[in-house]
Amino acid sequence: MNIPRSHSKTLFEKIFDRHVIMIRESGDALLFIDRQLIHDLHYRSFEELQATGHSIRYPDQLFATPDHSVPTTAKNLADIPPGEMHDTIAGLQQAAKRIGFTHFDMTDPRHGIVHVIGPEQGITLPGLTLVCGDSHTSTHGALGCLSFGIGSTEVKHVLATQTLWQRKPKNMRIMVDGFLGDGVSAKDIILAIIRNIGAAGGTGYAIEYAGSAIRQLSIEGRMTISNMTIEAGARFGIIAPDDKTLEYVYGRPHAPTDEKWDEALAYWRTLKSDETAIFDKEIKIDAATIEPTVTWGNSPQFCVGISDVIPNPASEADLATRANMESALTYMDLLPGTPVNKIDVDRVFIGSCTNSRIEDLREAANIFKGKSVAVPTLVVPGSGLVKSEAEREGLDRIFTDAGAEWREPGCSMCVAINGDVISPGQRCASTSNRNFQGRQGKGSRTHLVSPAMAAAAAVTGHFTDCRQLGK
Amino acid sequence: MQPFDKLSAIAVPIDIPNCDTDQIIPARFLRRAKDDPTYARFLLHDLRFQADGSETDFIFNRASYNNAQVLVCDINWGCGSSREAAVNALMANNIRVVIAPSFGDIHYSNCIKNGVLPIRLSATDCGHIRIQLHESPGASIAIDLDEQAVLGPDQIRYTFEIDPMDKTRLLSGLDDISMTLEYQAEIESFEQKYRQNNRWIF
Repeated sequence: MNIPRSHSKTLFEKIFDRHVIMIRESGDALLFIDRQLIHDLHYRSFEELQATGHSIRYPDQLFATPDHSVPTTAKNLADIPPGEMHDTIAGLQQAAKRIGFTHFDMTDPRHGIVHVIGPEQGITLPGLTLVCGDSHTSTHGALGCLSFGIGSTEVKHVLATQTLWQRKPKNMRIMVDGFLGDGVSAKDIILAIIRNIGAAGGTGYAIEYAGSAIRQLSIEGRMTISNMTIEAGARFGIIAPDDKTLEYVYGRPHAPTDEKWDEALAYWRTLKSDETAIFDKEIKIDAATIEPTVTWGNSPQFCVGISDVIPNPASEADLATRANMESALTYMDLLPGTPVNKIDVDRVFIGSCTNSRIEDLREAANIFKGKSVAVPTLVVPGSGLVKSEAEREGLDRIFTDAGAEWREPGCSMCVAINGDVISPGQRCASTSNRNFQGRQGKGSRTHLVSPAMAAAAAVTGHFTDCRQLGK
Repeated sequence: MQPFDKLSAIAVPIDIPNCDTDQIIPARFLRRAKDDPTYARFLLHDLRFQADGSETDFIFNRASYNNAQVLVCDINWGCGSSREAAVNALMANNIRVVIAPSFGDIHYSNCIKNGVLPIRLSATDCGHIRIQLHESPGASIAIDLDEQAVLGPDQIRYTFEIDPMDKTRLLSGLDDISMTLEYQAEIESFEQKYRQNNRWIF
C-alpha cells in the first residue's frame, strides 16, 4: 500500500506519537512513559519527591539496580566499608523496600548495569518509551524502544506523573551498508559514525541506525551502537526491530506471553520507518571502509584506524578544531605522526554498558586464549547473568589464566567512582564510552577501543591490530 | 525553582570546546548532597584545583571574576553525562546564565529545569564576546529573557531563540510537576485508553 508522503512517519515518530497525551501550542508534547530504570546515584530522588508532597505513581513500572557505586570486589552490602558508596547503595535498597518497586540488589544474580539488565530481563521491549537518569539510556533503542537519558528533575517528574514534556526532535538516518571486515566490531562502527558526524553532530536529533551492516549485527552489537548515540550528541538512537529482535525478546521474564505476545507482535511488526518517511538528515557509511579503531583525544570524535598515525593539528583548517586537537594531544601526551600501534598502554579495562555483554567477553577471550597480559587488566561483566554465562563457557578461566582480573558486575572503571580508578598520567585501553579528561580518574588518559582491541593491547602492552592475534 | 527574568553581571569566558559535564563536575562528587557546604568548589574542579587542593591559574579562579554570574563558552557545552549535578554546581556558584554556540541536549534541559538560562548565540558571536571579556576582565553582560536579548560588553545587542514553554518555566519559576498536574484529567483519560489497548505492557 502506498502511504502518502505527508502521512508517512519514521520509526521514531510512530512510537513518539503513540505516547503523546497532549501537545501544547508551543509544540511541547506530554509523553506517557512506559518504564523507568533507576540506579544508585538517584537514590535521593524518592525522599526529595515525597518531601514536596508527591508520591510514586506506578512503582510497578519502575526497576532499580545499583551499578555506578558498586565496588567490583564486593559481593554484598556488608562487603562495602562505611562511606558514600555504602550509603548510596543502602539508600536505594531502603527506598525499594519502602516504596515496593523491583530492585535487583547486589546479591541478586540478575543484578548488573541498568543498560545490560533492562534488555536481559525483558523490561526493555520494542515500541515502549523507557527513561533512566543516565545518558547511555539510548542503549535500549537497539530493540526498537524509544529510550532516552534524563536529568534528576525529570526522573522525579516521571516518578510522580509517569509522563515527561518533550519536543519532538528532528530525524536523522545513518545507513551503514556493506560487509564488516574480520575483527571489526560494532564498537568500530559507532566510533566511525561519531568521527564522521562529530560529537555534536546528532544534537537535536533522534538517530535511526539502518542498513545491511546494522542488520547483520547481533542484538548485543546493536546495543553497542545505540549506547554511544549520546557521544554523537543525540539523546535517542533507535534500530527497527526484526526477527532477531523478537527472538531475543521472546521468553524473557518481563516480556509478554501467550495472547499478550500476539498483541504486542501485531504492533511490533509496524515498527519501521515508512519508505517515504522524511529524514531531516541522512548519512551513509560503507562498512567495508571501517577498520579496528582507537580514539586518541578527549572526545570520541577524535579517533583513527589502528594502521593510522596520530593526526597533525597543523593540517586542520578550522582554527577552533585545531586548538581543540592540540590541547587533546597535550593532555594525552601524544605527538602527531606517531603510529597508533607504537603507543604503549599501562592499563586495560574491558567492561561498561557499551561492551560488557557475553559477546564482548567472547571476543576478548578469543584474543586472550593461551596468552598472558603485559599490563594490569580488569574484566568486569555487565551483569550477574553475563558473569555466570561466561563462567559456564569457561571464559573466566581464559581471563584469569592470562593474568587478568575477573570481577563482580558494575560500571566500574568507566565512571570510576567505585574504587576502580587509573592513576594520573596512566594510559588505558578501555572498552567504555568516554575518553574525557579525568573520566577514569584524575589525570587518566583513556583510549576507547573494541573488546578485541582492548585484549590485543593487554597481551602486547601497546595498541595492536586484533586481526594479527587471536584464532 | 528560582525564577529568572533579567540580569546584568560579570561574565567569564571559558574557551573549551566540547566541555563535557565530567569537566563541569567530576563524577566522584556525584554522591554529594546538593546542600553540601563545599558544593561550589566542585564546579570545574579539576581545572581549578591541583591535587593538593591549591588553586590553578584557570580563569574562573581569578579575582576579577569573583562575582561572576554568567559563563560565555564554546561549542557543545555540557555534552556527555546527564548528571544534573553539573547545573547544581553552576547554581552553587550563583551562575545563572550560560551562553554558548551549542549545548549538550540533556544539560540544556537540566539548566532550564533549575533556573539557569542557556542561551545559544552563533560561534562567531560567542567568540567575539569571549575576546572582549579577555580584553577587559570583569566586564559585564546584560541579559533580558522577556526580550530574548543579550547586551555584550561593547553594547552590541544580540537576540536569541528559546522554546516558549522553556521561557515560561524560567520566568515563572514553576516546577514541571505542578504544571503537569494541571493536566491530570487529560493524563487519566489517555491512560485509561492506553492500558486497554496495550494490555501486554501492564
